[in-house]
Amino acid sequence: MRSVVTTVLTLVLFATYLGIGALAHDSHFSLGWVLGSTVLVWAGPAQIILITTLGSGATVVQAAVAVAVSAIRLFPMVVSVLPLMRMPGTKRRHLVLAAHFIAVTLWVECYRLLPLVPRARRIAFTHGLGCGLLSVCLVATALGYGLAANLPALFAAAILMLTPLAFLLSTARNCRQLSDVLALVLGLALYPLVATLQTGVDILISGISAGTIAYGAHWWRARA
Amino acid sequence: MNDWLANFLGDPHALLVLVIAGFLPNEVWRMLGLWLGGGVDEGSEALIWVRAVATAILAGVIAQILVQPPGALASVPDWLRYGAVAAGFAVFMLTRRSIFAGVVSGEVAMVAGKWWLG
Repeated sequence: MRSVVTTVLTLVLFATYLGIGALAHDSHFSLGWVLGSTVLVWAGPAQIILITTLGSGATVVQAAVAVAVSAIRLFPMVVSVLPLMRMPGTKRRHLVLAAHFIAVTLWVECYRLLPLVPRARRIAFTHGLGCGLLSVCLVATALGYGLAANLPALFAAAILMLTPLAFLLSTARNCRQLSDVLALVLGLALYPLVATLQTGVDILISGISAGTIAYGAHWWRARA
Repeated sequence: MNDWLANFLGDPHALLVLVIAGFLPNEVWRMLGLWLGGGVDEGSEALIWVRAVATAILAGVIAQILVQPPGALASVPDWLRYGAVAAGFAVFMLTRRSIFAGVVSGEVAMVAGKWWLG
């Protein structure tokens, strides 16, 4: 419990989910829908992609593809963090819930906190941390939704602004190598250009091309 | 009570879309990680590419919210939205990458600008 309260990232997560709640409200989704998305999806970027694509008239398939591509990053996170919890007798089904809780924040915190926890209790610890963070985020989602509905336009705009700010800065902070930095900068720059084409899959086109160029630069530099 | 519940849940079709377009395509990667985990090297080239694409997609979403803002954010002029993000980013860099300081500064810049415009 103390771990939930003391992580600085909880504050950022709270701001992010305030923004998601407000975004869902202004994109005409129900409160139950957005709370459900927090429990089931439990990944801020995927939820924002889902809300913005569906909200701007994309089809279910287009939204699903965009979410699936954004969520690939969960795969290496799960792969890298589960060995910290596994013991000789651990069955896969014991790790299903822990795997569901893995998202950027929990992944970072597991690396920081799990080494301090006895191995036998790490799964229970992860469940506790996950439930705590999820509860905080559900409160933030509902609060953001309610505030967007009832506040004057200025404050509603301020809450919506939390999403791009929090995501831009937390992504910038997570940049570990040249390819990450380039992907972030090119992704920001390419989207407005691709959006003028009105393809309906603008996010995918700009994301895959910017990411591939960034990887190409990394590859080229590694060769040189 | 039933009205309240119906209002809370909204369109049942939208909830189905949430599961199909939101939950399943997201969760499949976690479960794949659980099932196939162990055989993948975290520093492998494929994962560097995946991370770059995922980062660029997220960057595109950030740009989309700023360029084509939803709801109340559309009432803020373009230059003020971009300026607020630039201010937040500048403070973030100056404070040795403090996300908190950056977010607060960006918010203050936007609210102050909007208030000043009236």
